[in-house]
Amino acid sequence: MLTVRTLDVAYGAVTVLRGVSLHVKEGEVVAIVGANGAGKTTLLKAITGLVRPRRGDVRLRGESILEVGTARIVARGCSLVPEGRQIFGDLSVRDNLLLGAHVQYRRGKAAEVRADLERILGMFPILGKRSGQLGGTLSGGEQQMLAIGRALMARPTLLMLDEPSMGLAPLVVKEIFNVISTISLAGCTVLLVEQNARGALKIAHRGYVLETGRIVLEGSAEDLLASREMQRAYLGRDVNLETARVTT
Amino acid sequence: MSALFFQYLMAGLTYGMIYAVVGMGFNIIYNATGVINFAQGEFVMLGGMIAVSLVKILPLPLAILLAVLATMVVGALVELVFIRWLSSPSVLRMIIITVGISILIREAALLIWGQNVRALPYFTGSEITSLSIGGARMSPQVLWTLGACSALVALTTAFFRWSSTGKQMRACASNRVAASLCGLPTRNLVTASFILSAGMGALAGCVVSPITYTQYNIGTGLAMKGFTVAILGGLGSSLAAVAAGLVLGVLEAFAVSVMPSAYKDAVSITLLLAILFLRPTGLFAARVAYRP
Repeated sequence: MLTVRTLDVAYGAVTVLRGVSLHVKEGEVVAIVGANGAGKTTLLKAITGLVRPRRGDVRLRGESILEVGTARIVARGCSLVPEGRQIFGDLSVRDNLLLGAHVQYRRGKAAEVRADLERILGMFPILGKRSGQLGGTLSGGEQQMLAIGRALMARPTLLMLDEPSMGLAPLVVKEIFNVISTISLAGCTVLLVEQNARGALKIAHRGYVLETGRIVLEGSAEDLLASREMQRAYLGRDVNLETARVTT
Repeated sequence: MSALFFQYLMAGLTYGMIYAVVGMGFNIIYNATGVINFAQGEFVMLGGMIAVSLVKILPLPLAILLAVLATMVVGALVELVFIRWLSSPSVLRMIIITVGISILIREAALLIWGQNVRALPYFTGSEITSLSIGGARMSPQVLWTLGACSALVALTTAFFRWSSTGKQMRACASNRVAASLCGLPTRNLVTASFILSAGMGALAGCVVSPITYTQYNIGTGLAMKGFTVAILGGLGSSLAAVAAGLVLGVLEAFAVSVMPSAYKDAVSITLLLAILFLRPTGLFAARVAYRP
């Protein structure tokens, strides 16, 4: 579904990603984990055309999407739930969701949009209760659900999420990860970027570990969770924090 | 006394509505791009001047319609030629570009129309027709101006609140990255904001020209007033700009009654300085005029 090949991204003189290659197969949940500043967000921005890579290629279903532009990439079925939710604060929850369906309207599927809206509001009952409220008045967890819902309204075949658990209470984090599993079961391919390595790998099939702009480890989620390297670098060191964040 | 009071009030409201429309134009483009478009006053001038030229060969309503459409095309061209290709310009660079555009349009207007002062004919009646309202005498054109500008404000507000394109433009203003991640055509929405803003300015320029007359260089003064109003109301907030426009118009009108009319413009400049020093977020601002 998605192939990233030897991607280099730099902001001015600072190189953020060096030779990053990865792939996501149809139906998979793939997690990219790594510490702050490892380049996870930049990787997603490069895939969605928000930053221009210096070298390398990004292919969606075999076609290069490097020169395509963000809006068209979304139209091709690849949506990103950005870091920090980025909802439209002065528009209502309902309008936020309907704006997410823009590409669906463009495909001439207005009738489906109405059904999708009901489906999303059913998936996140709290959004249904607050559908007339301004997006900016929601709590962090509710905003995250709105951001996910908004991305789903475009009916993506590949959903990418950037740190969906960031800054949320443990119970809410658990709920968000449950939602991501549900989305995957419904047939959507998921690329999940997380600092919360344990939580992300628990719902993923495969994972990559990004460290200072390079992929240093990759493998099946179980192998990564069990690997000594991972334990030391990401799971062991933060073990107290991790268990506090994901009460499983 | 009360008739005189009413006379000043109506004059103030008339100018105030024009300032309000120019201020709203500033806000629409500011919301879409984060930049003050100093060519905003030029759109008002162009609307009036083109309509004056067209009215010689066309009936008045058609001349106004075509003038507004022509100015919208100019607005679109300004965005397409000067703004669109800049990938991530600094605010200072954008401001200098818009100042440059305003000089360009003004000088082009000087070449085309010369220095003559022009005006559209009165929409109803003539210079000497006057209505008596509450003891004050005024030209019916005052009512035309008030009516047209109020309708414009109401329509624009409705457009942003209820129409699908209006909501997309608000989403783009609220968070451009998120808007593009929703698949919205953010660049076209910015062009749309220039078109809308140019059209509003042009229509205001048409309805007010019988009273205030128009000339190639009126844009600068109007831009100054509109900018004052946009700052006074709080940048980015359209209805606050309307309230601020009326306040400024009425203040100016009453200032003329207590000091020489040559100082009329000093009122708005003083107000602008005072607001920038004391309350830079504007009189009615609920949120800070700041874009991350």
